[in-house]
Amino acid sequence: MSDFPWLTLLIVVPLVGSLVTAFLPGGLAKRVALGVSLLTLAIGVAAATQFQTGSGEQFQLAEQHSWIPSLGVSYALGVDGISLALILMALVLAPICLLAAWHDLDRRQTASLAASAEDETVSTRSESTYFALLLSLLPFMVGVFAATDVFLFYVFFEAMLIPVYFLIGLYGGERRQYAAVKFLLYSLAGGLIMLVAVIGLYIAGPGGSDGFLVERLTGLEIGGSTEKWLFLGFFIAFAIKAPMWPVHTWLPDAAAESRPAVATLLVGVLDKVGTYGMIRFCLQLFPEASQWATPVVIALALVSILYGAVLAIGQVDMMRLIAFTSISHFGFIVLGIFAFTSTAHAGSNLYMINHGFSTAALFLVAGMLVARRGSTRIDAYGGWQRVTPVLAGVFLVAGLSALALPGLSSFVSEFLVITGTFQRYPWAGAIAALGLVLAALYVLLLYKRVMTGPTPEIVEGEPTLLRGDESAQREQDLPYIREDLDEGVRAGRIGLVADLSWREKAVVAPLIASFLILGFYPAPVLDVLNPAVERTLDLVGVSDPDHAVPASSAESADASTNGSDH
Amino acid sequence: MTALLTLPAAGEFEMADINYVAIAPMIVVFAAAVLGVLVEAFAPRRLRYPIQVGLAVLALVIAFAALVLPDADSVTGTTVAGTLAVDGPSRFLSGVLLALGLVGLLVMAERFGGEGPDAFTPMGAATPGSAIESAAARAGLATTEVFPLALFSLGGMMMFTSANDLLSMFVALEVLSLPLYILTGLARRRRLLSQEAALKYFLLGAFSSAFFLFGAGLIYGYAGSIRIPAIGEAAAASSGDLEPLLLPGVAMLLVGLLFKVGAVPFHSWTPDVYQGAPSPVTGFMAACTKIAAFGALLRLVYVGLESTRWEWRPGVVVIAALTMIVGAVLSVTQTDIKRLLAYSSVAHAGFILVGLLAFDITAVGGVMFYLVAYGASTIAAFALVNMVRENGAEATHLSQWAGLGRRHPWVAAAMTLLLLAFAGIPLTSGFTAKVAAFMPAVAHGGLSGVLLVVIGVLASAVTAFVYVKVIVLMYFTAPSGDVGLAQPALLSVVAIAVGVVLTVLLGVVPGPLLDLAAQSSTFVR
Repeated sequence: MSDFPWLTLLIVVPLVGSLVTAFLPGGLAKRVALGVSLLTLAIGVAAATQFQTGSGEQFQLAEQHSWIPSLGVSYALGVDGISLALILMALVLAPICLLAAWHDLDRRQTASLAASAEDETVSTRSESTYFALLLSLLPFMVGVFAATDVFLFYVFFEAMLIPVYFLIGLYGGERRQYAAVKFLLYSLAGGLIMLVAVIGLYIAGPGGSDGFLVERLTGLEIGGSTEKWLFLGFFIAFAIKAPMWPVHTWLPDAAAESRPAVATLLVGVLDKVGTYGMIRFCLQLFPEASQWATPVVIALALVSILYGAVLAIGQVDMMRLIAFTSISHFGFIVLGIFAFTSTAHAGSNLYMINHGFSTAALFLVAGMLVARRGSTRIDAYGGWQRVTPVLAGVFLVAGLSALALPGLSSFVSEFLVITGTFQRYPWAGAIAALGLVLAALYVLLLYKRVMTGPTPEIVEGEPTLLRGDESAQREQDLPYIREDLDEGVRAGRIGLVADLSWREKAVVAPLIASFLILGFYPAPVLDVLNPAVERTLDLVGVSDPDHAVPASSAESADASTNGSDH
Repeated sequence: MTALLTLPAAGEFEMADINYVAIAPMIVVFAAAVLGVLVEAFAPRRLRYPIQVGLAVLALVIAFAALVLPDADSVTGTTVAGTLAVDGPSRFLSGVLLALGLVGLLVMAERFGGEGPDAFTPMGAATPGSAIESAAARAGLATTEVFPLALFSLGGMMMFTSANDLLSMFVALEVLSLPLYILTGLARRRRLLSQEAALKYFLLGAFSSAFFLFGAGLIYGYAGSIRIPAIGEAAAASSGDLEPLLLPGVAMLLVGLLFKVGAVPFHSWTPDVYQGAPSPVTGFMAACTKIAAFGALLRLVYVGLESTRWEWRPGVVVIAALTMIVGAVLSVTQTDIKRLLAYSSVAHAGFILVGLLAFDITAVGGVMFYLVAYGASTIAAFALVNMVRENGAEATHLSQWAGLGRRHPWVAAAMTLLLLAFAGIPLTSGFTAKVAAFMPAVAHGGLSGVLLVVIGVLASAVTAFVYVKVIVLMYFTAPSGDVGLAQPALLSVVAIAVGVVLTVLLGVVPGPLLDLAAQSSTFVR
């Protein structure tokens, strides 16, 4: 069975599925899309069972075929612990997002996201295209993490932009065009700079008809300024993707203007390509340059952590707030990667998984709120825990996961990152810890503003959900008015608001389960990640010697892992 | 005649030895063109269209067969007393010219259900807006002479890629250009614009031809021969006495050729001519002229001027950089789709120059691959432009393309794919082509090569913005006006399908063509 092309299957199944979906009528299309994503998940789980944590090979489930021999390009796939974990995360998130997007297009109340003149076209525009596009992200997500050929990685990396661009630009909110173009231009600029580095890397490497394979490009010892330039070419692209300060500005717009499901996949999975790329390509291929760049990268990561957190506190739009929290979290991930200790590295890798689920929960639950209320503005809410207690509870759990409450998964990873960083750069660890405090602020303030406070006025018997009348005045666009703040503004009506439906519960349940499981018992995931982490650090050549804690850093990694298990 | 002129260099008299098999493709195309002229003279009017189209298609197919069937070894070498070189690059590019020329001809032959070729005026000689013109239109006249003209031009292009001395290169240049000047002026709609474009193209083209000819004279003075390999040898063995002749001569030759590829600062004709010419002609011109001109440029600089490249390469490096920057930046401000594609073609010329300047055998393959990829996409793109109409006239203003994705999803999807290919998005031909052209530049171009590639990718990002703007218009903007498609458009659809399929195929499985281009990249000397 080891020769079975599992990874190709993971790419082909959703690809075919999305093509089929595009030609089906809307109602059937989304069922097929969900079915295909579940099937892909099942295949992914089956593939994962073939993965052996103790293997000596860097890449398992490997496939390799010559693709463009004259350019040295191979179709080569393979996974190590890091990429396998990321692929599984993507496969789990895909059906969740499809389910969350179930009524994105057929319910009128979401239409407030789009300008009213566009309502008709948005809602009449084929649902099947939406679901086909969502599903079409899956092959790219699998491919980009599984590619073990730099060129193939680049192809997935760049081609992926197109479906995302259409998902934002066709189905997003009011400023969706602006957001879509900004997203595309940032990504393209980064990607094209990377293209120069990709070409340069091939030329610096051994060349030949398989000269783009990661294994042939590892350990080249290019050295000198060439290596630094190549490193920068890759790093800038990944920093834009991740995104890090100061090239993050596309993310809040893209996340705020896209549908929650799209935002989830964008921030939760696709942006991980940036941090994953840093580990797989920057560190593995350019070890010297990575160490050379470390001080600057750590500084940027710290700025990202604090900047993202501070700006999150100041946001008035929920989606933008969540996007800024992600910038802060990506800062943690990058910090852990460039701290070069096995603890921090394991933490970063685990963080990538946890952040995927945690952001998904935030975006999707916020999306459920927005679907009820028709506004993403935080000040349009208040007191909602009395109206929708289950939704409020879920929102709180998602928020607590984002602020890394002990017992939830993010805590483990954040703790590992900070401990690991502290081993090598105590000052950086200390500054990063500030991010934790700020995280508590932005999450709890958000919860307070949205969920607590006086009960919103409910008009009994009102048949519609929130969304005011079609003829609603500007004031009535904010049907919930807080008397203490909005003096003189006429109160609008709030219809009966349903709490979470079974569908929404099905969306949220696996996410919360992941918080708890990974929070209490992260060991299986860490077992998968650790060999890959150690290999990466070996390749960089810094495997864990720490002046402050001599000879016991490996144990301290284990200790901190175990310490977080309770 | 040309054989005689080269005699002083050859030193001894010999009969021109002509390998008819090797030049059979050119002979077929020229013969068909001449036959086409006779058809114009003698065939009854209503039969001319089917005869001309059939003749042209048949000629191109036969020529392609004559190109492909003979064994490569039996035809490779110089022929017609060394004035033509049939080798890998010339055969590859001739094949591409024939294939894309056929696609281009199909677009030109498009009638949209009318009497004659839709894009062309019923009577080129009539004054625009005159009574004669409307009478000709009423009588259902058709300008079927475009087919022999296109064949002459195509034959000239094939000869251009094979020309092994400066005079036959000049002859080929004129043979390919003169019919294009006429074709440019034959648009059915907006005829004044078309005629202005033709005049502009003609004047500037004549000017650049003169440059070329003067350059050829100076080079003859320098090398004592107009044969391109002999120029290379003379430069390698140069004692330095005649050095002052070299640089001006090279510069003038390059001006002549860079004009044809539309490099900055010799690009100013491009937007006007692309806009004014009938769209099928624009597509034909953009694809095939570029292929032919780069073919000639490749041979000239790789065979003739390679040994002196340190003296003139920096200048062309600057030109390549300017071409990419100016093409990309000016395309941002365009509001007409044809002008936009014109500036994009300028930028693409710059990208190709980047590959060309690498001076490595892999660069030849890369440039040739780029030409195929760009040519296939371009012809299809202009065929699409030709189909999008408002009130019978071509809807070339960008605002008229708004909302096309909702009304005509397939047309918009095809255009989107082609634009993504121009932007160089992976899994389209444009991406593979950029890699194929940029890789030799990074590998062998030295620091200037790397710098050019960096400028190239940044310019790509700028042009991507432009293409995305058009995609945004087509998909994300509400439709305005009454823009529709010209129907029925069987020939155009075939041409577009070929372009789209090639665009995808060369993006997903570029291996075979890249290999073929790589195998065909050795020049005979």
